[in-house]
Amino acid sequence: MELDLNLLGNALVSGLLLGGFYAAVTVGVSISFGMLDIVNIAHPAFIILGSYIAYIANSTLGMDPILASILGMPAFYLLGMAIYHIYDVSFERRGDNGLRGLAFFFGILFITEVTLVLVFGVDYRLVEASYIGVSIHLGPIDLPLRLLVPFGISLVLMGGLHLYMSRTFIGRAIQAVAQDPLALRLMAADPSKIKRIAFGLSLATASIGGAILIIIQPVEPSIGRDYIGRIFAICVMGGLGSFAGSLVAAMALGIMESITSTFFGPSWSPAVSFGFLLLTLAFRPSGLFGRA
Amino acid sequence: MRNSAFFAALAGVAILVFGAAKLIDNAYVFFAGYVVLQYIVLSTGWNILGGYTGYVNFGTAAFFAMGAYSTVALHKLVPGLPLPVMMAFGGCVSGLIGLGTGYLTLRLRGTFFGIATLALSVVVQTLITNWSFVGGSRGAYVVRPDTTAFFAIDYIEYLFLLMLGLSVIAVGVARAIEKSKLGYGFATIRDDELAAEASGVPTLRLKLLATALSGGFMGMAGAPLPYYVTYLDPASGFSLSYAVNTIAMPLIGGTSSWLGPVIGAVLLGTLQQVATVTISSALSLLIVGVMLVGFVILAPKGIIGWFAPKRGKGA
Repeated sequence: MELDLNLLGNALVSGLLLGGFYAAVTVGVSISFGMLDIVNIAHPAFIILGSYIAYIANSTLGMDPILASILGMPAFYLLGMAIYHIYDVSFERRGDNGLRGLAFFFGILFITEVTLVLVFGVDYRLVEASYIGVSIHLGPIDLPLRLLVPFGISLVLMGGLHLYMSRTFIGRAIQAVAQDPLALRLMAADPSKIKRIAFGLSLATASIGGAILIIIQPVEPSIGRDYIGRIFAICVMGGLGSFAGSLVAAMALGIMESITSTFFGPSWSPAVSFGFLLLTLAFRPSGLFGRA
Repeated sequence: MRNSAFFAALAGVAILVFGAAKLIDNAYVFFAGYVVLQYIVLSTGWNILGGYTGYVNFGTAAFFAMGAYSTVALHKLVPGLPLPVMMAFGGCVSGLIGLGTGYLTLRLRGTFFGIATLALSVVVQTLITNWSFVGGSRGAYVVRPDTTAFFAIDYIEYLFLLMLGLSVIAVGVARAIEKSKLGYGFATIRDDELAAEASGVPTLRLKLLATALSGGFMGMAGAPLPYYVTYLDPASGFSLSYAVNTIAMPLIGGTSSWLGPVIGAVLLGTLQQVATVTISSALSLLIVGVMLVGFVILAPKGIIGWFAPKRGKGA
């Protein structure tokens, strides 16, 4: 195959934009898995739930999907607090968060997916907004707004969370809770409460992630599974819990996927992220910028 | 009970089951029974790794479907190969995949293995979808042979019988492991891997053995699938419901002993067969998910935990 520079340039740019979006869907797992050590494999299912909420708001009220997702955030936050509470009482306090904790989240993933199938069926759903379908042209490079808007939202989300985590008391407590719960107690903060807030926050990001997902591509209940590998690959490569690291890892993955699907066909692109994850786990488990 | 005596007892039970199914004399009993037996093998295989060593495998679908797809490939390459040979082959393929995955990830923390197995099923599914020899995304038709190894028996009865035999082997092996030195080695990994390693248990080797055995049984359970369904495509072969069922059954039955997965598989498998016919298959899957979450929260030791004698502090 002859290497077409225009094609390559477009693949690079769309990979970069896609990577920004991947960073936004990963940030929730960076909090739950990276900082709290809770392996929430159900996170992608909640992202799909967020997509469907944006879809309902868009198709019935004509609301902008992103606005809908921001309005949905408090509900996701509360849902996250409730789930963490169950998890805490049933598994963490019993010291039984390995096998059963994983099975718990796996069950939640499955229940969410099957419920969505029962309610909405397996058809692909999409949203309508003024910026979908429009592109900015820079010479030979196309910048579809469908990717550019999520990219911008994603950067805002990551930047905001970064500020929150580094500047506020609760943010710093969240970063500390997995490392030394006892020291946190001595600072007069209840580790359970901090983790509950953090987990709520992590699910709240799924609301935004879901909305930008459905802007980028049509959604059906089972595509969440494709994101499990991506999210955890990025999270691990970025060095668990580092926002900047996961942003870089997400862009690297986005570019690789975009190049693979441009030159080898889209049916191969799921294998890229999962292969990436397996190799990362095998050879560089502390991530590219690892601190572990 | 000694292992040989236990095997004899299991074989006796198996003969009774087959006799009972024959007495009912309805092909549907064999169709439904095959699925329940398949889940006995899958959940027993899963439990060798998950229950005994405590490593969660979410990739049942990958191991199961690789067994099934190795049959599809063999069916095209070597026509007329007896099914038991194909099952052994499928078991080897999946066992090797288990070994490879284990080697790549088992040196890490336990949760990474779980995440990697989730990833594994998508990688393998992508490979199969892009491999046109075994049908690619369109799927493959497999024509059943006219004759069976035992004459005067329907093909579905033959499949049922094979799966029955495999369940006997799987359950027998699981129990033998549980009572042996190997089983204690596995249990030390589950309870405290660091302490086990420090006291000289070869943890990595044991874990790899468990992964390979567990994957092998799943592959063998999948190998007859193409002949059972006669049409196999990646979406159905790699369905998430295999993974969910295979995790739910041992956890509902109880993971600490060979009996747990069997109870879970018979109970949940039968319930699903009934619910699929009477309600709908999506709803029956929802029931499995809800039961899984309910049991891990409310009954962490599963059904056999209700009957076990109370000890001070159980594992």
